[in-house]
Amino acid sequence: MTAVGAEGDDVVAELCPRGPMLLRGVSAVRDEHGELHEATRPVVAVCMCHRSQRLPWCDGTHKAVRSD
Amino acid sequence: MHCPRDRGPLSAMVRLALRGAEELDLARFTGLADDVPAERLVTDADLQLALWTLYEPHYGGFDDVAGDREWDPRLLAARAVLERRFETELRRRTADTVAAGLAAEGPLGERVFDVVAADDGPKVAAFLHRHATREQIVGFLRERTVFHLKESDPQAFVLPRLQGAPKAALAELLYDEFGGGRPARLHASMFAEGVAAAGLDPRYGAYVDDVSATTLAVNNAMSLLCLHRRLRAAAMGHLAAFEATSSVPSRKIAAGIRRVGLPEPVAAYFDEHVEADAVHEQLAARTICGGLVEQDPGLEEDVLFGVAVCLHLDAVAGAELLDRWQQGPAVAADGPERVAS
Repeated sequence: MTAVGAEGDDVVAELCPRGPMLLRGVSAVRDEHGELHEATRPVVAVCMCHRSQRLPWCDGTHKAVRSD
Repeated sequence: MHCPRDRGPLSAMVRLALRGAEELDLARFTGLADDVPAERLVTDADLQLALWTLYEPHYGGFDDVAGDREWDPRLLAARAVLERRFETELRRRTADTVAAGLAAEGPLGERVFDVVAADDGPKVAAFLHRHATREQIVGFLRERTVFHLKESDPQAFVLPRLQGAPKAALAELLYDEFGGGRPARLHASMFAEGVAAAGLDPRYGAYVDDVSATTLAVNNAMSLLCLHRRLRAAAMGHLAAFEATSSVPSRKIAAGIRRVGLPEPVAAYFDEHVEADAVHEQLAARTICGGLVEQDPGLEEDVLFGVAVCLHLDAVAGAELLDRWQQGPAVAADGPERVAS
């Protein structure tokens, strides 16, 4: 997966424990199939549990698959 | 919007005072408020409407009320009478949840998610997803107009009361709620478009006369927490719980809306919240609430109080909706079928 930064901006990734990866300042995320998904908000949450129904974006499903 | 229709003596006194027809007799008002038993405060339509009406001049206001009533000392005193009783009762009802959150270990942001996960409230979204009729879903949207048509406005009052990382994160969250610079993407505007497509009146306040006391209480709790600086951490705890209970339910509600064939803009509003609130819950719980407690460890209990208020009032309002729907003719006698995962 590749995050594509808006021109001239720094991309900051933040990994949330038991949750998604937050990305600030990206214009798009390219998934493992090479498809480009436009980021339409200032911060996006990228799914890290691979269970989301809206990949590559987090839809909160990780909370349902928690082991604890 | 005009002042809402009275639902009893407290809301009548507020309306008459706001419109300048009659000076508010604070002793009488306090006596009437004290007559409402503590256990009925949340479900008393007259008291909750009176409080909602006293908050509204700080938001959109009323067409039939003079602007200077917003800071009228007598009306503020009346508001404080109701707020003191409401806050005391909310603290009593949430004490066990707050104590459990305080006793748990780990970073506060994580504990906020754990408290939310431990909550076993009524499954309104699951009902809307699988069972609700079109009329029931429209009724649900009607109740929600009171909040969603001014979505995030209460929390915007908190911004100047935060500093540093929590302030930056709340600003980031609000910027998204308010459309990221695009008026059509204002969440309140998206909801208005959805309710209009569903055949409802999209004007703010159109259904205040019709909604339940608990819907008003849910909204009043947000104003109570967000308008008092001393409760800023509770306001942010409430926000975190609200966001953390939004993403997955929004997906179910959107599916229910499509199941009954309501127009696409109705579902689009909830689609937007699946992705938006998956971001917002992380910002609110970790960066805002976690950050506030890093800055001032004394705020931990307040954050958890806000979390517990959101969960408790959602449970009360949700149980009332499910009762209303399940007593209706729409549900089969053998009860709801199992909700598939």
